[in-house]
Amino acid sequence: MQIYLPIAEVSVNAFLLLGLGGMVGVLSGMFGVGGGFLMTPLLFFIGIPPAVAVATEANQIVASSFSGVLAHLRRKTVDLKMGTYLLIGGLFGAALGVQIFKALKQVGQVELLVTLCYVVFLGIVGTLMFIESLNAIRRARKPVPVSPPPPKEPGWMQKLPFQTEFKQSQLTISAIPPVVIGALVGILAAIMGVGGGFIMVPAMIYILGMPTKVVVGTSLFQIIFVTGFTTLMHATQNFTVDAVLAVLLLVGGVIGAQIGTRLGVMLRGEQLRILLAILVLGVCGKLLFDLVWMPSELYSLGEGGH
Amino acid sequence: MIRAVMLMLALAAPATAEQVVGALSQDRVSITANFDGSEISIYGAVKREAPVPQDAPALNVLITIEGPSEPVTVRRKERRLGIWVNTDAVVVDRAPSFYSISTTAPLDDVISETERLRHNIGFDKVVRLVGAPDSVSNAETFPEAVVRIRQNNGLYTQLDSSIDLREETLFITAVALPANLVEGAYRARMFLTRDREVVSTHETEILVAKAGMEKWIYDLAHNQPLLYGILSIAVALFAGWAASEAFRLLRR
Repeated sequence: MQIYLPIAEVSVNAFLLLGLGGMVGVLSGMFGVGGGFLMTPLLFFIGIPPAVAVATEANQIVASSFSGVLAHLRRKTVDLKMGTYLLIGGLFGAALGVQIFKALKQVGQVELLVTLCYVVFLGIVGTLMFIESLNAIRRARKPVPVSPPPPKEPGWMQKLPFQTEFKQSQLTISAIPPVVIGALVGILAAIMGVGGGFIMVPAMIYILGMPTKVVVGTSLFQIIFVTGFTTLMHATQNFTVDAVLAVLLLVGGVIGAQIGTRLGVMLRGEQLRILLAILVLGVCGKLLFDLVWMPSELYSLGEGGH
Repeated sequence: MIRAVMLMLALAAPATAEQVVGALSQDRVSITANFDGSEISIYGAVKREAPVPQDAPALNVLITIEGPSEPVTVRRKERRLGIWVNTDAVVVDRAPSFYSISTTAPLDDVISETERLRHNIGFDKVVRLVGAPDSVSNAETFPEAVVRIRQNNGLYTQLDSSIDLREETLFITAVALPANLVEGAYRARMFLTRDREVVSTHETEILVAKAGMEKWIYDLAHNQPLLYGILSIAVALFAGWAASEAFRLLRR
């Protein structure tokens, strides 16, 4: 069934959009990523103008993360306190990121920089996560008689001021790292037009040392607010949020997110991480290929002029 | 004297004796939620004061439909340090959003280059680059790229010999409008040619506009952007909550 999108001004198959939304929703619930890093390129591919794709995708992420976070809240796997600290940083970061984006746009080449950002970050995050989870799985296969890991030495995060107890995460660390991480992810999220979950999740696991089971819910929690903020900015400044496109994507997305959350519970932490790592590396490889391989059409059309 | 007058009449005749009268199956295209392109039938007749002389060259019909024209920025990629990046950009001053040419015979047999230039007919005539910066090499490839890309998108079409002309009097054809149309006034022009020269023209308009829910959403997004943004988020939150509740009920 073809449907005409009023803002994007193209006609697309409604079931294709529902399917894409559902698929990305499953990933969102499973991994705690918004799925924007996958969905945005997919929308380009089916012919949605990039500006509309980026803005509308933010709106869809609001829905799927909210759906996912409700499921996590019932399971008590959301660290609201940690989420709030990340969010404070995130909003500042997003506001700053939008300014950087504007500056880049004036210089030109914003597209290239966004793609390079994707390749670099997806590459680093994917590789690190892949190696780490592979090692974890190997360790689990060969049960070496080791005593449970010794209690962690107080690290640099315990030495910083503003020590705060995060009960859900069983952590007592300084409030500074979560705020700084939130801000850095917020900047990237605004520039790359995504929720930032694929950077946030590994950062919470490997830098903050949060237990995997609360990471997903907490990441989703803060993504809702960051993407909600982004949606509003795009709607008021660029008029590029397509309500019809968003509804089709999010109907599929919210259902997918529920399924994904349940699938995520069944898989073990390392397996979950290795799957996410493979996915991230796959997208990274595709983007890199597009940069290096000679495109079939060297010219591209943009709107307006002068 | 009489002979001279007759000669003058005979010479002047081809210019005024034949007139094209045309009509469209619809002069309005409404873009609604299930808009999936549209087909417009174009038909017409040739009005004559006197019978066609036996030795007159063949009559041909040419029809163009042209969407609203806008400047387009065209960017060209080049390989730099191993990756493909946009380097040169040229603004093509005028390019219609949609363009179709239908004819009764191959285009070059229907109309001459001079006449195409005079009446603005053909891709190379409607997609125009007034001036390119000197720093850009092969500037002429930029308007060519506009034509090529839009042909691939189905926005520019040339349908040679697609008009059915009967007895040099009645003609009919159909032009498909694709789903990715933009709003605006589309100009439909019909040309009658003999010996590759235009003898008569007729012009009419097709209005393409959004209607119904599409129009409502579009207007809201542009006139009340803050409200629209808040509504979008509210819908997203509601959908997220509804799905979550639905799945909880299902699991009971």
